[in-house]
Amino acid sequence: MRSFLKPLLMIAAMALGMTAGATLPAWALVELNVNKGNVEPLPIAITDFQSNDALGAQITEIVTADLKRSGLFAPIDKSAFIEKISGPDATPRFDDWKVINAQALVTGSVGKEADGRIRAQYRLWDTFAGQQMAGEQFFANDANTRRVAHIIADAIYERLTGEKGYFDTRVVFVDESGAKNARKKRLAIMDQDGANVRYLSDGRSIVLTPRFSPNRQEITYMSYESGQPKVYLLQIETGQRELVGNFPGMTFAPRFSPDGQKVIMSLLRDDGNSNIFAMDLRSRSTTRLTNSTSIDTSPSYSPDGSKVVFTSDRGGRAQIYVMGADGSGQTRISFGDGVYSTPVWSPRGDLIAFTKQTGGEFQIGVMKTDGSGERILSSGFQQEGPTWAPNGRVLMFFRDSAGGPKLVTVDLTGRNEQPIPTSNFASDPAWSPLLE
Amino acid sequence: MSRIAALTRNPAMIALVAALAITGCASKKTPNSAADLGLNGAGAATPGSAQDFTVNIGDRIFFDTDSSSIRADAQTTLSRQAQWLNQYRQYAIVIEGHADERGTREYNLALGARRAAATRDFLVSKGVAGNRLKTISYGKERPVAVCDDISCWSQNRRAVTTLSGAGS
Repeated sequence: MRSFLKPLLMIAAMALGMTAGATLPAWALVELNVNKGNVEPLPIAITDFQSNDALGAQITEIVTADLKRSGLFAPIDKSAFIEKISGPDATPRFDDWKVINAQALVTGSVGKEADGRIRAQYRLWDTFAGQQMAGEQFFANDANTRRVAHIIADAIYERLTGEKGYFDTRVVFVDESGAKNARKKRLAIMDQDGANVRYLSDGRSIVLTPRFSPNRQEITYMSYESGQPKVYLLQIETGQRELVGNFPGMTFAPRFSPDGQKVIMSLLRDDGNSNIFAMDLRSRSTTRLTNSTSIDTSPSYSPDGSKVVFTSDRGGRAQIYVMGADGSGQTRISFGDGVYSTPVWSPRGDLIAFTKQTGGEFQIGVMKTDGSGERILSSGFQQEGPTWAPNGRVLMFFRDSAGGPKLVTVDLTGRNEQPIPTSNFASDPAWSPLLE
Repeated sequence: MSRIAALTRNPAMIALVAALAITGCASKKTPNSAADLGLNGAGAATPGSAQDFTVNIGDRIFFDTDSSSIRADAQTTLSRQAQWLNQYRQYAIVIEGHADERGTREYNLALGARRAAATRDFLVSKGVAGNRLKTISYGKERPVAVCDDISCWSQNRRAVTTLSGAGS
């Protein structure tokens, strides 16, 4: 079986020497500001990576698609290009790129080494300053062409925005097929752009809500395989599964702690209510965090592990609450007009994403961690379950329309919504941390 | 009179009538009628059989939106269920709790569980032995009605009493 998360990428990255000008200060050409008006995407020319085969065009295509979907870049149509780049080390004729308003220019090459590895290099140029901004070279085995392209796209994104990229990442999700009243649900994993789908379960049992561990090697999810719905761990690489805890009733809504040592989840009480517990994966000890005659669910840790945000209907209808990681100081933070659920703490720590039901609609939104500053990013008939890109700038969620759910991303401006292509219906996405 | 009695004895018909009453949409066909379920209607089932339970007693009750309160109509059904279950004690019982799609996935798992527990507690209060009863929540994962309007949602907000154990 093909290895997905093994050290499949032997990336030896090295900076390519600047061929023009001096080292630049770390300023950014693109400013990320969600409170500003329309962000004008940066016009960028991405030339075909030079190669003896189809690899060059393939890398260019992936880099272009990544940058374009981010909404921050406007790749220029190749037919407008004037200069034909002569070689990977040549300094471009900047005037030829300025005249088509390419503020940034990407050149590169890719080829096979004698040992079968591929070698890819790129250079990023500031055409108006007439300088190289970045340049790197990578080696990888050839199963990882797409990853090399995503890594290059991340490097360009980071150099031009000053923020980490999120293209070299994966998404675990639930693949759905069949009739709505007899849906077959399979765990699946894919690249963030929808490529390289691999199935992690056979579809015989209902599986729900997969979530990545911080080390990306395992997921926690809920399955009906034993008859009673329970939370499990799955090692992605080996397929090894194990039950989390030995609780009498249903366990659900699992998530890892930021250090990967704990799983936090809901446990059904005999009276029909649900409370939140954390289980230490090494000692197997469990800690009760809530004890209320209400539904307490969808817990999500803050990135520093000190707090937990969750959903509770203790006030009548579902709202968002924050508590200490020991269960102390449970405080309601959502007060808007509607029902709030599925809170997820941003990996940057600054925001909480949620699903809100109001006026017959489902909305995806964000609020500050004290509940202030609520902003709705997307509204629809039926959509839910946001998950954060590792840089905290983009959310993925699922939207039910045309007979079943599909995955969608939206950025924090709410202006850039993009479908993620999947061959079947897809729900419950969870975004991985950046791969390494 | 006898026709009305037959109707009210048929739980699927009650469901249909309830759904129609809510939507006021008389032309809408309920995919959950006895005929659609492949059942032959009242009278054909052997007393004490699973079919008898489903057709003549009514295996499911319905809930209001985001609620696990046992409604008056559901209390009638559950009282009938309890009487039947107390008569035919060979069955173990699993109560499935379900939610409609107008809620998020994890919350609806909890809501389905609460409905199953409320149903179980009602049956216990009517004398059904607690050790015969298990519950399971399917959240919104197993709708019976698959349109996306009110008539469907009301049928999907349900608790279904299923028989297991001894043969029918």
